[in-house]
Amino acid sequence: MSAETAGSIPSTHTPNVRMLKFAEALFVPLVALLVSAVLFSLFLLIIGKSPVDFFSLVWTGGFGSSFSIQQSLQRSAPLILAGLAFAIPARIGLTIIGAEGALVLGGFAAAAIAIPLVTFGIPAPLTWLLMALIAMVTGGVWIGLAGWLRHYRGVNETISSLLLSYIAIAIMNFFVEGALRDPASANKPSTMPIGDAYRIGSIPGTDVHWGFAAGIVLAIALYILMSRTTFGFAARMTGGNVRAAQAQGLPVGLLIVSCCVIAGCCAGLAGFFEVAAIHGQANASLVAGYGFTGILIAFLARHNPLAVVPVAILFGAIAAAGGLVQRRMGMPDATVLVLQGIIFVVLLTSDTLYGRLKFFQPPVGGDRT
Amino acid sequence: MSQFNLSRRSLLKAGAAGLAAAALPMGYARAQSPIVLGAVYVGPRDDFGWNQAHSVAMEILKQVPGITVIEEENVPETDAVSQSMESMINLDGANLVLATSFGYYSPFVVELAKKYPEVQFRHAAPLWKEGDPTNAGSYFCYLNQGHYVNGVAAGLSSPTGKLGFVAAKPIPSVLSNINSFLLGARKSNPNATVQVIFTGEWSMPVREAEATNALVDAGCDVIGCHVDGPKVVVETAEGRGVKTCGHNASQAPLAPKGFITGAEYKWSTIYSMYADLLAKGEPLPNFVAGGFHNDMLQNTPYGAGATPEAIAAADAAITDLKTGKPIYVGPLKDNAGNVVIEGEMDNYDPVLDGMNYLLEGVIGSIT
Repeated sequence: MSAETAGSIPSTHTPNVRMLKFAEALFVPLVALLVSAVLFSLFLLIIGKSPVDFFSLVWTGGFGSSFSIQQSLQRSAPLILAGLAFAIPARIGLTIIGAEGALVLGGFAAAAIAIPLVTFGIPAPLTWLLMALIAMVTGGVWIGLAGWLRHYRGVNETISSLLLSYIAIAIMNFFVEGALRDPASANKPSTMPIGDAYRIGSIPGTDVHWGFAAGIVLAIALYILMSRTTFGFAARMTGGNVRAAQAQGLPVGLLIVSCCVIAGCCAGLAGFFEVAAIHGQANASLVAGYGFTGILIAFLARHNPLAVVPVAILFGAIAAAGGLVQRRMGMPDATVLVLQGIIFVVLLTSDTLYGRLKFFQPPVGGDRT
Repeated sequence: MSQFNLSRRSLLKAGAAGLAAAALPMGYARAQSPIVLGAVYVGPRDDFGWNQAHSVAMEILKQVPGITVIEEENVPETDAVSQSMESMINLDGANLVLATSFGYYSPFVVELAKKYPEVQFRHAAPLWKEGDPTNAGSYFCYLNQGHYVNGVAAGLSSPTGKLGFVAAKPIPSVLSNINSFLLGARKSNPNATVQVIFTGEWSMPVREAEATNALVDAGCDVIGCHVDGPKVVVETAEGRGVKTCGHNASQAPLAPKGFITGAEYKWSTIYSMYADLLAKGEPLPNFVAGGFHNDMLQNTPYGAGATPEAIAAADAAITDLKTGKPIYVGPLKDNAGNVVIEGEMDNYDPVLDGMNYLLEGVIGSIT
């Protein structure tokens, strides 16, 4: 393994090979999307609907006007952050599926800390900063815990992160329905609203909230971290083979927990934006499934932080268009889920194409890393 | 959508359409401008519950010339709902939006109403108040009256007087239904008790089934419920051989042996009224609320589980409610022994909207 890796390092650095790999990474998913579209068209024909109508509506609803594009971007905002929350631990070989809990708990913590800050009239920017920080710390601790349990106690991180997610939601419900409940929220228990003055607005000139910008910045930063730093290299190496990494003297435990903390921070930040930009308070609406959609997105992005952004936007667009499809074609909501399912399966299957398409292989024989 | 429907729903729709034809005057073709009505649902339109009740009534508006109804289901109570509503306005030209789930109102309906002052928004919960945008509004029916009727019928259909209730969350609107169910049952059987289990979630089928089984194991022989989709509760209870009372929409087809009756919304009354006003070009009211007295509730036709005495008593109870006879007549104690209601409460008294107790006779706790 290490001999092969060492052998491949010089060759991946030649521009030609990098180009080929990039082209392959672009080509395979596009083919997969095309195949999904064909399969889904067959499904539509079977139930007697027009695929042409469907895809033109998806275009109208997802990208057809500046309004549609903004909708897609707005919907993608929490998905980018949730996608990152799965992708980063995946690079170190962990399957963390508990971003939902970190998002909910982070959002709740932000809403909770906001109550005294708003009461005492702390300026909005400072309040946001503190809210975002506490949300990230909370989310980070939560997912970090799953990483810690994994490395130091041998607990399967997939199970523990999922279970922690349920605990997180229960904790939020406990406080929202109890000590921190706003008495005015009789039939929908919620924390005290932060008020319009403390709501994070939209990016100027758009209807898209700042969570989208934060997602892009984080995606770029995490891409650099994972691909261009020694930390990222060590993390990826650990992901490849923990024992080899340990033999090399890498601080594997620290790396694992760090990646998990980063993931939790992303999810917590998504929770902060849900509270500060959307709901203005914490309540059961925070549990919207973004954390689980993020898993799908990260898989489709092949755990590449940069690729998470376009995939999340695609999902945002499909969600935005889903409503239009329901309304115009009278199709049930599940239609869009069928499409998402087909895309997911086809894209995962397409993984097998990597390294098998002659065209994208470097001329030097035998190097497929 | 229609080709996916069960025949039962088609029947309901046909019934609803007939109702509309009977209830609405002719002449909608003269509506001044085309009305595009966007309806948003939080769950599937065929959930045997809350969303189905709305969807069935919406069919009435679809029959009205000059009104185009566009519908979107499974829209969560997040900014997804603002986006759906905004998309209806911008891409479909909706000028009336009916947001049918509680959590849609604040901040989503309120903010959109400010952003689109020319569009009318109506929301299905009593949340609109003076100071909110005037192009927004609320409509609501007090279903606890229906649960009272359920209770009256259940009290006379239960051999033991031990009733069970599967409830979602201990919030006022749910507590009011449980307490009304108890008061109805006590009216026809003074020794009746209601044992309640809260599942904690609006829709948690597994826990709803567990709760139903636990109540049956505890000896309850009639099960009522207040969860989003009562299908699981009703089917589980039927499978265990006990009787059931319905909630939100008709669950009668799910329990051919044990169904007594159910508390059903009659949103069609409100929707027909909206259609009527829109056709005349008149403004919609900002706040509409009601119950049996203004034909906004109905009870599901009696099933095989209802005894003849129960049917007679329940019909009498409905007649009483239509004349405004109060359900909550003090002194009433909560199940910790504190007096919570002194005198007679009007059925629409806002004090009841803040109910945070279970009455004496209800076995269970809200904490």
